[in-house]
Amino acid sequence: MIPYMLCFVLFLVGLYGVLTRKNIIKIIIGLCIMEYSLYIFLAMTGYIEGGSAPIIDPSKPAGLVVDPLPQAFVLTAIVIGLATTALLLAIAIRLYKKYKTFDIDRINTLKG
Amino acid sequence: MDSLVPLFVIIPLGIAFIIPLIWQVTRGVFRFLPGAGMLAMAVLAFFMLFNLGGESIVYKVGGWEPVNNIPIGIHLVADPLSLMMLIIVNMIGLFAALFSIPYIDKYTGENYYYSLFSLMVAGMNGVVLTGDLFNMFVFLEVSVIASYSLVAFGSSRDELEASFKYQVLGGIASLMILFALAMTYWYTGTVNIADASEIIRSGTGTGTAIFIQLFLLTGFGLKAAMIPFHAWLPDAHSSAPSPVSAMLSGVLIKAIGAYAILRLFFSMFSLSIEIGYILIILSVLSMILGGILASGQWDYKRLLAYSSISQMGYVIMAAGIAMVVLVRGQDAGIAALAMAGGLFHMFNHSIIKGLLFLNAGAVEYATGTRNLKELGGLASVLPITSATSLGATFSIAGIPPFNGFFSKLIIIIAAVQARLYLLALIAVIMSIVTLAYFMKVQRHIFLDKVKSARFAKVREVPWLMSLPMVVMAIMCLVMSIMIIPGVRDTFLMDAVNALLSIK
Repeated sequence: MIPYMLCFVLFLVGLYGVLTRKNIIKIIIGLCIMEYSLYIFLAMTGYIEGGSAPIIDPSKPAGLVVDPLPQAFVLTAIVIGLATTALLLAIAIRLYKKYKTFDIDRINTLKG
Repeated sequence: MDSLVPLFVIIPLGIAFIIPLIWQVTRGVFRFLPGAGMLAMAVLAFFMLFNLGGESIVYKVGGWEPVNNIPIGIHLVADPLSLMMLIIVNMIGLFAALFSIPYIDKYTGENYYYSLFSLMVAGMNGVVLTGDLFNMFVFLEVSVIASYSLVAFGSSRDELEASFKYQVLGGIASLMILFALAMTYWYTGTVNIADASEIIRSGTGTGTAIFIQLFLLTGFGLKAAMIPFHAWLPDAHSSAPSPVSAMLSGVLIKAIGAYAILRLFFSMFSLSIEIGYILIILSVLSMILGGILASGQWDYKRLLAYSSISQMGYVIMAAGIAMVVLVRGQDAGIAALAMAGGLFHMFNHSIIKGLLFLNAGAVEYATGTRNLKELGGLASVLPITSATSLGATFSIAGIPPFNGFFSKLIIIIAAVQARLYLLALIAVIMSIVTLAYFMKVQRHIFLDKVKSARFAKVREVPWLMSLPMVVMAIMCLVMSIMIIPGVRDTFLMDAVNALLSIK
């Protein structure tokens, strides 16, 4: 149960960062932390106590193996996360060029 | 016919990657390529809808057959509801792509625009076709990442800020969806929607299912911009280039927001009264607050964006009514009627709001502003834009011969039959509010007198921009035939039956 709790704490740390920080880069880092906590959670859903890597060797009998599907999910999600983060950082650079600041309080031409 | 299903993803994905490669060779021709692809897909979807006769076909990607009835691999499912959504997505995509050709001319990097546009359509087609939760997440990310960059396409101050806000909230929404997906996998051991639904419905863990549903509702509610989660929509939809706004408001919030909510909550989870009431409360909030906020706007596109929130409330309210009716054990016919009204309104709203955003784009293209206080008297100089905008206004406000009247009427009748009289009353009142704020648009943009001398030499927009508007205005009128029994059965009721699984 403790790993799940820690994973949830990590998620909340990221959410806290997104909600309270004023610096665009720190908001992006907060989003990344939330993402990583979910990757860990996904990997844990496939974990089986005492299982080994899911590689089938014909010479040995198949023992207890962990579920490989969530690992494939995590790999896909990491690639998607890479695209999102890259785009966020690209927008952050353009915003900095326009406004000369990373402070979201000073980037407020739109009213929400 | 099975092998035609993946074409809906392959064609736009292929176009998206071909365009930047061969753009330099013959740039004039390739502007029409996204439009041509979407026309082909819309025709194909029509053809499949009429040939299926209410059945659904399952395409197994990679040919992985189920083992012991446990599906492995990704399934693409083309049922009447998916095909109806495909028609909406590709039709509005076609019109927006044609409209883009003159509109996007002033920007640099046109090839990337068409490429991202096709990528967004590929993602949406994938979301509506897939029968696999994780695949849905992947396609959803494909379409929203393309839409993030399309919102920022002009890279002016507003566009960048709107895109950043959209990305942060969209990112949180995606994480919510991913978490719900992980929970579903942990609970059922599968991500196939049909397989998971059997396990969830036969299982006893109602609490777990509701927990997952709440996360899904938050995630997809953010994507669909239901009211507590709406902060990004007015900025993103008003700052984006107009054809992109038409796609975002007309299709994206439906394909990845409302459609996903309907599909997952009705086909995957067991229905529960709590979720039904939550849907109704969120939708009523969206309808009322969206309408009131729209009334106070002086930016043409912001007004339209708030109006989208309000109109999507009708769609979700219809779904909520259907769910409450089914759980209470009232007549399933009422649920089917409510759902038919909701789907019909979703279809109508994508045409109407697509048209209205194209009108806004035409006004902005011709005059260079979208501030209602500066504009005025454009009816004489922009006759086509003005006439089509009037049609869309009547349609969205629910004036009888137009399609918007019939879809709202069906929802209101269903609400009365379900004995939810308050909801019917709210729907009627918000319809009047809608008329009021669209009359404001008509008065300040097209009627009134010319306020500034610089609009004296304004010309009507090029034919490639007026053609989509005229066709969509005609469709606003013609789509009323969907309530005629024969047409309704093939087009609307099959989709409703696919969703509610009533035979």
